[in-house]
Amino acid sequence: MVLQCTFAISGRKKLCGKTEQKVMKHIEAIDVNAYYGDNHVLKNIDIAIKENTVTAFIGPSGCGKSTFLRTLNRMNDYIDVFHLEGKVLVEGNDIYKKKVNVEELRQKIGMVFQKPNPFPKTIFENVAYGLRIHGEKDKKKIEEVVEQSLVKAALWNEVKDKLKKSAFGLSGGQQQRLCIARTLAVEPSIILMDEPASALDPISTAKIEELINELKQNYTIIIVTHNMQQASRVSDRTAFFYMGELVEFGKTADIFTNPTKKQTENYISGRFG
Amino acid sequence: MSNLEIELQALKENLLEMMELVSKQIALCSEATITGDLAIAKQVVENESRVNALELTMDKDCENILALHNPVATDLRFVLAVLNITSDLERIGDNAKSIAAFLIKNSKKLDKNYIDKYGIAEMYETSISMLTCLSEALKKDDAELARKIFKEDKVLNKKNKNGPKVAVALVEADPKQAKLIVRLLAVVNKLERVGDLATNIAEEVVFHVEAKVLKHNKDKS
Repeated sequence: MVLQCTFAISGRKKLCGKTEQKVMKHIEAIDVNAYYGDNHVLKNIDIAIKENTVTAFIGPSGCGKSTFLRTLNRMNDYIDVFHLEGKVLVEGNDIYKKKVNVEELRQKIGMVFQKPNPFPKTIFENVAYGLRIHGEKDKKKIEEVVEQSLVKAALWNEVKDKLKKSAFGLSGGQQQRLCIARTLAVEPSIILMDEPASALDPISTAKIEELINELKQNYTIIIVTHNMQQASRVSDRTAFFYMGELVEFGKTADIFTNPTKKQTENYISGRFG
Repeated sequence: MSNLEIELQALKENLLEMMELVSKQIALCSEATITGDLAIAKQVVENESRVNALELTMDKDCENILALHNPVATDLRFVLAVLNITSDLERIGDNAKSIAAFLIKNSKKLDKNYIDKYGIAEMYETSISMLTCLSEALKKDDAELARKIFKEDKVLNKKNKNGPKVAVALVEADPKQAKLIVRLLAVVNKLERVGDLATNIAEEVVFHVEAKVLKHNKDKS
């Protein structure tokens, strides 16, 4: 079937006439090279990520994992000196083509950051924000989506009686789940998480990890983490990056029990460097 | 060296000590069987508590390493292998103790002819050779060396299989010693069991080094 729009993502909300058939490769990078000015930060990255899976990106600081994560929803576009070569396909469509609507892209590929970053608004308005800026005016619809998103983010029971209170009154873990709810509200099909639990205590971390496990039924999730145990607990597949290269990508169980590359083994077992 | 590496090194040293001790137990059994020296057999029984203590110590060490250091990849496989190897070594120790207990009760009545006919001396020699080889394999993380013992186990299996036939012939020749001859057959069985346990250990070494699971697999390559 011919795609009739500039950027097509299946998932919960179809933006175009793409077939309903299950797409196995949700995200695919083909020979991706990225530069900050002269600094070559991603080198010949080839990777295919299946839909409804959790993929962990691991590697030492500066290895390129966060840069690569941010290439997947074009967050690096904000950096003037950033330059990318190669292709990044989402459901077969090159997201770096000129005609791609980047706002629409980021709506479908949501992002959760290291530090919870709620807006200085009420809990309700934080979740409703995305809908409002995308032009949704139906009050009832907004209320429904806010509730559904908070339920999906496992936060509804904790905040349902204080929706009109400031989001800053929530704990760090609750704020992070609020940010996840805010991401879910605009119906993404992919969620990128950049160290989403690194600033949280163990209980809040466990909640985020449980949530990731539940969300993968409906979303493709990619998580950058420095916590090896977290990568092994939450992900189906793990990609190990080092000095801008994708050293190894495979099933998490294989990576953590029998990696094929010595470099991977040295990193995950703490012998790196 | 990281804390995990230090812990793993200590675990390996304890494992090699246990391996050496168990190997020595079989060597002492061999000496006691051939010489009929009861003091040596008694020493085997006494040493058994040391074997058990080492197993308990290493179980605890493995538990701590798993809980505190979350090992992965080769480190994880090593700890998992050690848990199984110590259990196998402890059982080899049990067999040595049982043989020693038998010798204490019966050594004076043992006829050298019985020992020769069963091929017990050769079985001891093979068992000790297997354990020595395993000790080297563990020291060097050498899976190929560990694999060498699979062949040696066949020698023990053959002797064990032949045991009942030998027993019948010996009983026919000397019916008055029937009880003793049958009890001695149990020693043959125990040495064969030592071979099986050594084979299990070799499989664990291969698992640790190469991440290959040879358990319940006839093809040990």
